[in-house]
Amino acid sequence: MPAPIRLRELIRTIRTARTQAEEREMIQKECAAIRSSFREEDNTYRCRNVAKLLYMHMLGYPAHFGQLECLKLIASQKFTDKRIGYLGAMLLLDERQDVHLLMTNCIKNDLNHSTQYVQGLALCTLGCMGSSEMCRDLAGEVEKLLKTSNSYLRKKAALCAVHVIRKVPELMEMFLPATKNLLNEKNHGVLHTSVVLLTEMCERSPDMLAHFRKVRQLSSSQLVPQLVRILKNLIMSGYSPEHDVSGISDPFLQVRILRLLRILGRNDDDSSEAMNDILAQVATNTETSKNVGNAILYETVLTIMDIKSESGLRVLAINILGRFLLNNDKNIRYVALTSLLKTVQTDHNAVQRHRSTIVDCLKDLDVSIKRRAMELSFALVNGNNVRGMMKELLYFLDSCEPEFKADCASGIFLAAEKYAPSKRWHIDTIMRVLTTAGSYVRDDAVPNLIQLITNSVEMHAYTVQRLYKAILGDYSQQPLVQVASWCIGEYGDLLVSGQCEEEEPIQVTEDEVLDILESVLISNMSASVTRGYALTAIMKLSTRFTCTVNRIKKVVSIYGSSIDVELQQRAVEYNALFKKYDHMRPALLERMPVMEKITTNGPTEIVQTNGETEPAVLETKPPPSGLQPASQANDLLDLLGGSDITPVIPTAPTSKPASAGGELLDLLGDLNLTGSPVSAPAPQIAQPPFLLDGLSSQPLFNDIAAGIPSITAYNKNGLKIDFAFERSNTNPSVTVITIQASNSTELDMTDFVFQAAVPKTFQLQLLSPSSSVIPAFNSGTITQVIKVLNPQKQQLRMRIKLTYNHKGSAMQDLAEVNNFPPQSWQ
Amino acid sequence: MLLLFPGEVAEQEAKLLFAQGRGELPGEEREDSAPTLSLPQTSLARCSNVTPGLEIHFILLFSRQGKLRLQKWYTTLPDKEKKKIIREIVQIILSRNQKTCSFVDWKDLKLVYKRYASLYFCCAIEDQDNELLTLEVVHRYVELLDRYFGNVCELDIIFNFEKAYFILDEFIIGGEVQETSKRSAVKAIEDSDMLQETVEEYMNKPAF
Repeated sequence: MPAPIRLRELIRTIRTARTQAEEREMIQKECAAIRSSFREEDNTYRCRNVAKLLYMHMLGYPAHFGQLECLKLIASQKFTDKRIGYLGAMLLLDERQDVHLLMTNCIKNDLNHSTQYVQGLALCTLGCMGSSEMCRDLAGEVEKLLKTSNSYLRKKAALCAVHVIRKVPELMEMFLPATKNLLNEKNHGVLHTSVVLLTEMCERSPDMLAHFRKVRQLSSSQLVPQLVRILKNLIMSGYSPEHDVSGISDPFLQVRILRLLRILGRNDDDSSEAMNDILAQVATNTETSKNVGNAILYETVLTIMDIKSESGLRVLAINILGRFLLNNDKNIRYVALTSLLKTVQTDHNAVQRHRSTIVDCLKDLDVSIKRRAMELSFALVNGNNVRGMMKELLYFLDSCEPEFKADCASGIFLAAEKYAPSKRWHIDTIMRVLTTAGSYVRDDAVPNLIQLITNSVEMHAYTVQRLYKAILGDYSQQPLVQVASWCIGEYGDLLVSGQCEEEEPIQVTEDEVLDILESVLISNMSASVTRGYALTAIMKLSTRFTCTVNRIKKVVSIYGSSIDVELQQRAVEYNALFKKYDHMRPALLERMPVMEKITTNGPTEIVQTNGETEPAVLETKPPPSGLQPASQANDLLDLLGGSDITPVIPTAPTSKPASAGGELLDLLGDLNLTGSPVSAPAPQIAQPPFLLDGLSSQPLFNDIAAGIPSITAYNKNGLKIDFAFERSNTNPSVTVITIQASNSTELDMTDFVFQAAVPKTFQLQLLSPSSSVIPAFNSGTITQVIKVLNPQKQQLRMRIKLTYNHKGSAMQDLAEVNNFPPQSWQ
Repeated sequence: MLLLFPGEVAEQEAKLLFAQGRGELPGEEREDSAPTLSLPQTSLARCSNVTPGLEIHFILLFSRQGKLRLQKWYTTLPDKEKKKIIREIVQIILSRNQKTCSFVDWKDLKLVYKRYASLYFCCAIEDQDNELLTLEVVHRYVELLDRYFGNVCELDIIFNFEKAYFILDEFIIGGEVQETSKRSAVKAIEDSDMLQETVEEYMNKPAF
């Protein structure tokens, strides 16, 4: 068999290939030769073949079949073989390869080899790719080499130890004794790697950190003073050509020491104190005309900002960053922005001083700098500068690359919500985002904006007019079109009447408004959801517009045969509304009530389903456990607008016998409780014992109060609730209210729960209702007894909360009852 | 597809440290910008098996034509993943304008790169690491190559790629700098070479 071609020859040949196919062919031919050579167990040329394989591997060709050959090379006695073998192992093997295990023994032998360069190869390979099993097996050898006097091996062993600790942290303690004398070393390689090792230990284990901070303070080899001494020598020493970079002595070592000092000084007064001086020295004495000086300065600043440094030092650090920000070198500017971002939380005002420079960086051409500047700009927004900053950021949003738009848009939403100076500004800002970057905003932007708009009652006319103009002829920004459709549906009457105080009113006819919505419906840019918004909007306009109802009927009936199922269903339902329940249409399409912003962690209960016509239709999902029940109860409390309210747990109808009256007693005895769970199973009482003081076993209802007139407390959506009053003759401060709920719709209301809350000066007890189903067509009622103890005879006020299922959807409503007749409480 | 572009060989012969003040980082090169490529942002999550705390996660050397000249990984990844990452990073960096800064955010790492003549040197570091110092690390590596080869150019690295790896291994282990003295690092390589040559001479065996 002829000798295979040499490596350089192969490289030269492959480089003559003119096409990819030609190259592939050459490689395949060579690979075949290499494979057959491997098969023949050829020892002479194995090294050459593996080297060639490594070249092909770099070109992207498969070379895994050389893995075992690498091991054979490592086991060889020749240095050349070992060198290529270890190189091949590092390139071709990764730690999941089984051959790895075979390597452990070879490495172990080589770590004890008589030649330091062989030991070095083994250490380097272990330190670069050793698996955790390997690290466990060889940690002892590494530790031994860490204590040798040979600095060539010592520095490699230190980095190997770092790798071992990263892979198997519990082996850390093993290296602790060896660290004792590491910093007395003169050799910079050993010093540098030792600092890396100490850093790794301190960062990984709080125990180690404490050990290096405190325990050593008694001995002469305290860590912080030692590091300070080394650093001082470095910056004071004269020119040493071996370690000099542009006139700075060993910047690599300096930076690593500064980093270790940072870890030692963090949250530790004594250590911080001990390093203040040297940090000031480095910060003021470092030559900054070259990149390397700035590298050290940058590390110094990070350390100063992270430890408990003196205030003067912090000012110095921020000023250095300010100088960085004005530097011509883009790299330095980038670093300045990065580190200002890190310090903006702790030194907000200092960073704020550089605001205009930072904002200027938004206009930089470099995306890396732009991104940092954007993040920092958002961090700097506050109540005082929100208008100016937002102007810049909106301008940025306009012009920036697509990759920034989503982040920038949500940043603007957050900042606007937090610092909006006025509602109008807030609405304008969000609208601006929707017009410029509509397709990049997150899904929740639409319901959030709708909620914001509904809650700003005085802005309705202005908003609807602005939105109308915004979508005129441009339906491409879907979120904007959705919000606009919703608002036009909701406030179409305001749009047509042209009563806008904020702006020049526009003259729009009902037909023009409908034209727009119909165009949204037929535009091929409209998503299905958007069409749903538009159709519902058109439907709502049937009660807000006077002379176009027939046109609306027509549109709705057309979509009754839409191929879009969602749209078709809506249209069919709306059609039915026109035909069968026209008398209820005005009530159903009434203006949406102001939505309460729920500030719990739970999902915001905004109507997500694109402008449903019924108020507060909740998705029929089980309430998430946790905070939700409590927050509901608190909502009820909030309704009465004060903290002096006692919630009452309603009693659900049930056949379960009363567990004990005591529970209820507890309940009443502990009336200060706020936010008891409401939707959680309430204490069940079938036959309520009378619990109010002095009432037990005495006749409670006496018709002495026959003269008190009944009231209608609630009448909405076909649900009517009447209150009838009686006064107890034994305790005149107790009012007994019997509620009667009736249902005038054509379908039963199920799972009906009535809850009530009164101000704290009252006490309230709800007894079990007679049923939880209110039959349709007023064919039956539910009755439930409320007892109110009103010792101070104050005017009665009550908030009620109604939840029930109707037509398959969960309904919820709240109301306040203020019209109690005077006889009921006086 | 032509594998060698016209003028590429001449470019590969360009000295990496030519016309640049020895011993310090060269200033910004003002040349025609590299061709702009569109970047398919693969959505691969953060390398699955990353060793935390690494200073440098990997080092790549590639030419202006996007050809890989050296790859050193200090994190364990499957070969397929590595190839994907290399392709992505080469595209990102080649598409960047010459006048931009040397840092790019990439997943949750940061790429620090520097072009020397026809060759790009790129390191991936962690977010909290010192980017400016990483540039010095890269520069030091170029200096070591230059000292070893004498006026190093891309061709030297192509034909002696294994030496480039040996030099790197004498400079960095496991992503951390092990030797801050140029002299010591080069001496170690030269001594190892001697060991290699001597054995070969004595045994009269063919070198690779």
